Amino acid sequence: MTGNREQGIGNRAALVRVVLPQHLRTLAGVGIEVELEVGRPVTVRRVLDALEARYPMLGGTIREYGTGQRRAFLRFFACEEDWSHEGMDVELPAAVAEGREPLLIIGAIAGG
Amino acid sequence: MSGVRVLVGTKKGAFVLSADGTRKDWKVNGPFFAGWEIYHVKGSPVDPNRIYASQTSGWFGQLIQRSDDGGATWAPVGNKFAYDGVPGTHQWYDGTPHPWEFKRVWHLEPSLTDAETVYAGIEDAALFKSTDGGTNWEELAGLRGHGTGPHWQPGAGGMCLHTILLDPANQERMYIAISAAGAFRTDDGGKNWKPINKGLVSNFMPDPTAEVGHCVHHVSMHPSRPEVLFMQKHWDVMRSDNAGDQWHEVSGNLPTDFGFAIDIHAHEPETLYVVPIKSDSEHFPLEGKLQVWRSRTGGNEWEPLTKGLPQENCFVNVLRDAMAVDSLDDCGVYFGTTGGQVYCSPDGGDSWQAIVHDLPAVLSVEVQTMK
Repeated sequence: MTGNREQGIGNRAALVRVVLPQHLRTLAGVGIEVELEVGRPVTVRRVLDALEARYPMLGGTIREYGTGQRRAFLRFFACEEDWSHEGMDVELPAAVAEGREPLLIIGAIAGG
Repeated sequence: MSGVRVLVGTKKGAFVLSADGTRKDWKVNGPFFAGWEIYHVKGSPVDPNRIYASQTSGWFGQLIQRSDDGGATWAPVGNKFAYDGVPGTHQWYDGTPHPWEFKRVWHLEPSLTDAETVYAGIEDAALFKSTDGGTNWEELAGLRGHGTGPHWQPGAGGMCLHTILLDPANQERMYIAISAAGAFRTDDGGKNWKPINKGLVSNFMPDPTAEVGHCVHHVSMHPSRPEVLFMQKHWDVMRSDNAGDQWHEVSGNLPTDFGFAIDIHAHEPETLYVVPIKSDSEHFPLEGKLQVWRSRTGGNEWEPLTKGLPQENCFVNVLRDAMAVDSLDDCGVYFGTTGGQVYCSPDGGDSWQAIVHDLPAVLSVEVQTMK
């Protein structure tokens, strides 16, 4: 596979870990964490694109159809920081791109 | 061997209750989609193994689930409900314009002739259709595009299209109802619609007899006589004998004519059932006594049915889609409550038994009759 060697690590797809909330794990039929190949630079949008491509039943459950925006009661966390209000195209920390830390998709605690 | 399958949608999942034709011993399966709100579950009259369910959540949005084996297993199908064109605005609670926004699917109505075709009534009010088993959805935009659309306003539960009635004698004719816009009819398969609210009087409106704006809670039709409709309005039980062109009140001696559910006996088109609820500000039965009221005369003359129902300290509600009938020889009547009970009467309402006592709040009840 000379292509990857020629591109170097900076262009190789990242192996990103994503932690899903319980209801979406059940829906997709997966465990707590899934691992996805994501193109670089690794952003929330690219992670969600890869997630929905692998698990089409998750379409519309994390971001709205039409607007593509994060659903109001979901949050994104990475490396103990809230990434919910960063742009979808902002590069995530290297620790996420390198698979050392997961991207956490969390349902807001709401409803009493 | 005859039997019934009762499809129950609740605030926290779906349940399938089944019994043989005696309707005495019940098997309870579920919860399916545990933790999600299941607004409606309904089977295809063409293929009873084909069942559709509306699964929704404030966190994760809308899903449509489909079973092809009578509810034993399920798979998510299409959940993309995109309004046709630029959605425009309807009225908000305060009368200001508010953009149409998809929130959830309230009601799924499978076609009478094709198991792959199913209609969805959504909030904010619109009608969608799928012809591929729920995979893809297309709006029947003529309804929302009706000239009155910008004047529709949400009811307390949201601006929902909650009732879809398909005319078994005329494939081009269909009825829908919206809270709080009113009832509408199409005679050309959904291209064009007309409001059918003449005779409705809603005193909370600036013009109580306006063409639209009525808070219709539910409409029921007997398949043998599809031009006769019965309506539980916010207040008032109404009847139309001409496909909704004109309505008249048949509340008669009901102790309160507020309520949500209304249904018709499977073999007696003049026998109706309602569950009177105290008022729009107190959503529970009068005096804590849960009573179904039956009319055998197409309205006006009503009798309370209480045998087997709690007659003290009962403060549950029965929601609009939470009553159904089976079509066994002895017509069974079913309803679910916000207290989690599902009641069955195997004798047309004379006596009742609780199939289950402690489900989550029941949002919908449908019945499949196996003969």
